[in-house]
Amino acid sequence: MQKEISIKTGMTKIRATFQDPDQTKRLFNNVKGFLLVLLRALILIGVGYVILAPVIGMFVNSISSDTDAYNPMVFVLPQFPTLEKYALVLKRLNYFSVISKDLLYTITLTLLQLFICSMVGYGFARFNFPLKKLLFGCVVVMIVIPSHTIMLPLYMTFRNLDLFGLGRALTGTSGLMGTVIPMYIMTILGTGVRSGLYIYIFNQFFRGLPKEIEEAALVDGCGVWYTYFKIMLRNAMPAVITVAVFSIVWQFNDTFYAKLFLISDQIVISKRISGLAGTIANMDKILVPSIQELYTDAGIILVLLPVLIIYLVLQKYFIEGVERSGIVG
Amino acid sequence: MNRNKKKRLTLLQRRSLMGYLFILPWFVGFILFYVRSLILTGQFAFNKLTIDTVNGGYILDPVGFENFRYAFQVHGTFKQVLTSSVLNMLVDVPLIIFFSLFMAMLLNKKFPGRAIVRAIFFLPVLLNSSAITAAMEMSRQMMNGGVSTQAAEMAASGTANLAFSIDYLVDMFMNLGLPASLVEYIEAAVGRINDIIAASGIQIIIFIAALQSIPGSMYEVAKIEGATGYETFWKVTFPMVMPHIITNVVYTIVDSFTESDVVNLAYDTAFNEFNYGLSSVFSLVSTVVTCVILVVICGAIQKRTFYYN
Repeated sequence: MQKEISIKTGMTKIRATFQDPDQTKRLFNNVKGFLLVLLRALILIGVGYVILAPVIGMFVNSISSDTDAYNPMVFVLPQFPTLEKYALVLKRLNYFSVISKDLLYTITLTLLQLFICSMVGYGFARFNFPLKKLLFGCVVVMIVIPSHTIMLPLYMTFRNLDLFGLGRALTGTSGLMGTVIPMYIMTILGTGVRSGLYIYIFNQFFRGLPKEIEEAALVDGCGVWYTYFKIMLRNAMPAVITVAVFSIVWQFNDTFYAKLFLISDQIVISKRISGLAGTIANMDKILVPSIQELYTDAGIILVLLPVLIIYLVLQKYFIEGVERSGIVG
Repeated sequence: MNRNKKKRLTLLQRRSLMGYLFILPWFVGFILFYVRSLILTGQFAFNKLTIDTVNGGYILDPVGFENFRYAFQVHGTFKQVLTSSVLNMLVDVPLIIFFSLFMAMLLNKKFPGRAIVRAIFFLPVLLNSSAITAAMEMSRQMMNGGVSTQAAEMAASGTANLAFSIDYLVDMFMNLGLPASLVEYIEAAVGRINDIIAASGIQIIIFIAALQSIPGSMYEVAKIEGATGYETFWKVTFPMVMPHIITNVVYTIVDSFTESDVVNLAYDTAFNEFNYGLSSVFSLVSTVVTCVILVVICGAIQKRTFYYN
């Protein structure tokens, strides 16, 4: 009895819905909205999978044992998970020593980038001087010119660079090849890895900040440098974080300059990873390519780990920062 | 006298001096490393460069256009590599731009888990190091060798798995009477989906930022005037995003060129074959080609761009 009534009321409700054009429209809109949400979710999950698949694959490879590599039944979950790949790779990469050196190198360069590029960006954003437009055009040219155009002259310059004979006096060799000094010199002079882009970002951000803060500081007797350091840079946190993340990631991943300046693979770990398979083949007599690959994957995961952690910690501020920092102008 | 004059600089003059001071480090670097290097690259291209091992310098023998002649008439792969790089770039740029705009629009809406999804979408930028891609490429090739099925399936999920169904779809569209070139283009695009996604991390972020900067009142007006979603996109969103499309096109072209085969060829020619003059020619020619493409494309877009401010 109860059921009959409920079915009856249900039917009348449905009939009423379809008779009333307003309600029909609402129903239609609800269904459409639901389908759109479903479609969006499907696309996002699909693309997300394409992005994550190689990472998941590498991780799975890095923890699977040799038997798993030969077993065609194993998919995603290795049957005999093991950490022995990591143990060997840690040893062969000389991981902790190299990564700490590399992080020191990357982070000092990042700090220099932040300091120099924010300064230059501030100079362009807040001061009026003759030829400003032309000079800023030069910054854009710097972004656009691929770095390989200037690689040979850079190589030749630093190969023979010996300021006042200091190098010969201290180390007995002239030229800066094989050291990290060229990279530091270039970064200090605002022409490091993608410095042009960072200058551009800072310029856009400083231009968006209200001028009143600076005027107040000036009235209160604050010098230009003090204003820049203590007031503007503090307010530019979103831009600072954006540039910091970009700079850390690109500096850490950079192999172009590392190769060009012959920087030792004791300092730059991303250079070391390409030789890992060979090292393992030579020293541990692991000659099967499909097993070597498991080790390479473990190595890549280890190399990515620090950047990944930095990114995950900063990503919330980072994406907010990009939105607010007027990368867009 | 002179000193008095110096003290009497106006505030504006002092400010402009300060401005020069602020940009000084960059300016020195730009002159030293960019302007000087560009001139030197040009000079190397017209000379035969030998490294002087005794004095630690280099010796230049002028050879005129010999290097250029060699690059274009004798060298085996240069022309081929250059054209394939340019073609790849021309195919990729529109795909990357549209894909990233589409993704940015999806990611700009509010939905649960948005932060995680955004974090994932920026991940390719982290993974885009040449060393890592080289290793990944190597392992991919090995995976295709066939021993480890699980990994092959992972790596090839974009292409190999779908091979059958792609053929099927291609046939279907061909039979529908779509132009063959269009179908092939789309087929190629689907095959490169991995590359395209990997290359569009930054572009997505730039577009998200652009979308956020569109004032909400514009959408309100459009809604009150009775515009449909489709109309709103073409009349409000697209024109407002247009200036950033130029930014993204420039970024994409430069990025794809710095990772193209021409760069590797120039590097190998210089540091493995020690033919510095030829390498300079490669760099110079590819840079000029890039710049011409940039100017042409940006000019074409700029004409149709609407600037809100």
